[in-house]
Amino acid sequence: MSLDDISIKIATDLNSIGSIDALLNEIATRLARFVATGESAMIDLKSLPFSPAEYEALRTTLGRGEVTARLETIGDSELYETHYPGVWWVTHYNVEGDVVAELIEIAAVPAILHSQPEDVQDGLERLQQQLSKK
Amino acid sequence: MKEHETLEQRLQEQGISRRSFLKFCAAMATMMALPPSSASAIAATLAKVKRPSVIWLSFQECTGCTESLTRSHSPTLESMIFDMVSLDYHHTLQAASGFAAEQAREDAMKEFHGQYLLLVDGSIPIKDGGVYSTIAGRTNLDMLLEAAQGAAAIVAVGSCAAFGGLPNAQPNPTGAVAVSDLIKNKPIINISGCPPIPAVITGVLAHYLTFGALPALDDQGRPKAFYGETIHDRCYRRPFYDQGKFAKTFDDEGARNGWCLYELGCKGPTTHNACATTKWNGGTSFPIESGHGCIGCSEPKFWDAGSFYAPLPAPTADVSSAAKAAAVIGAVAAVAVGAIDRGKKTQAQQSREKLTVDDLKGE
Repeated sequence: MSLDDISIKIATDLNSIGSIDALLNEIATRLARFVATGESAMIDLKSLPFSPAEYEALRTTLGRGEVTARLETIGDSELYETHYPGVWWVTHYNVEGDVVAELIEIAAVPAILHSQPEDVQDGLERLQQQLSKK
Repeated sequence: MKEHETLEQRLQEQGISRRSFLKFCAAMATMMALPPSSASAIAATLAKVKRPSVIWLSFQECTGCTESLTRSHSPTLESMIFDMVSLDYHHTLQAASGFAAEQAREDAMKEFHGQYLLLVDGSIPIKDGGVYSTIAGRTNLDMLLEAAQGAAAIVAVGSCAAFGGLPNAQPNPTGAVAVSDLIKNKPIINISGCPPIPAVITGVLAHYLTFGALPALDDQGRPKAFYGETIHDRCYRRPFYDQGKFAKTFDDEGARNGWCLYELGCKGPTTHNACATTKWNGGTSFPIESGHGCIGCSEPKFWDAGSFYAPLPAPTADVSSAAKAAAVIGAVAAVAVGAIDRGKKTQAQQSREKLTVDDLKGE
């Protein structure tokens, strides 16, 4: 039995819906602003109503670029640059592997990848403590 | 009883990094329907708040609301129960039982009088002196009236506590009523749904902690961030409604093509909830995505509102003629409007160096 034998099919005719075009226009506008002023932006994908087919269409259209980063903290997070530099697809998972936040971030580097000052300070103290033991 | 520490202290003790906390706040922002860029402002505030004492009373209910919450995918149960709040009494979840359990409730009520959050699930039967539901020999009515006195605010979790729900359905043999029918002098927030979306329960608690106040409510006492729009308005099948494409039975061509379920009794147009975007089971899907119409479980009297399979009495717009031509434009506009609403905060942000929680207030 192949997938074709299953009578329910994912709708593929998306021209009649247009949600994806609206979102791509939004991304293009924010990206143009980032180029002009350096202002970063985030779009919350979980707040937008997509059919499974539209979601796949968005993923396919944006594609994957050169960089993928992974956070390992309270569950994984995957951050990858799309085919369009400066447009990042950010997915946060919890420890059970469920998606807790999914964003399009327009920036040179997603904000959460930066080392946080509090963590750096804490790390410095730990390193100094380590050295003082010797 | 242990003194209530701040969330930051709690996380530090557990060796949780600032970056992890930021990620947690990003999930919170998504949950509270705030702009994602507000995560760092939320983090700054949440870190400093003291974890409030929470007393959870379960009355005439099926425990479905607690089941929903304990399967909450964002954040995890652990972070929500043990980090954000101090759950001092919940007779299903707590280890203590009998006298010790009731003692914990009384201690929390005394120590945090005027400050604790009271969560209630289930309706309250008041017929015949409230004898139809009792805990430790006391009626639900008696226990609610006592616990409400010292509460800072009351959260009615689920359609039973919010509106009376199933126990209140005709002929209502136990005289079941909602929390708001009995308590008039405390702020009450209704988180309706049978059960409510778990992320909405935790989102409301996060909002209370972040802003120190309850969120903006609609005319039914529900938080607008989650109940501000109908299922229909945010449904991915909405374009088919606008085009006049309807499934007529559950196994016809239209059903297979994923067309609108309006004629099969979908209550989406009159139901306010966040199912269409927040979704269920870890963000997997929601009833319409599985091919069944909405039954309207977050609205008052939904059990008595006629058959789940009878179409709503009148369409909310002319679906057959003019709508067809405007459908494509309409769908684009719908998405764009959502983006603009959320964009408001981004605009506010542009004119400032940093977004603070004060900027987010007044929603």
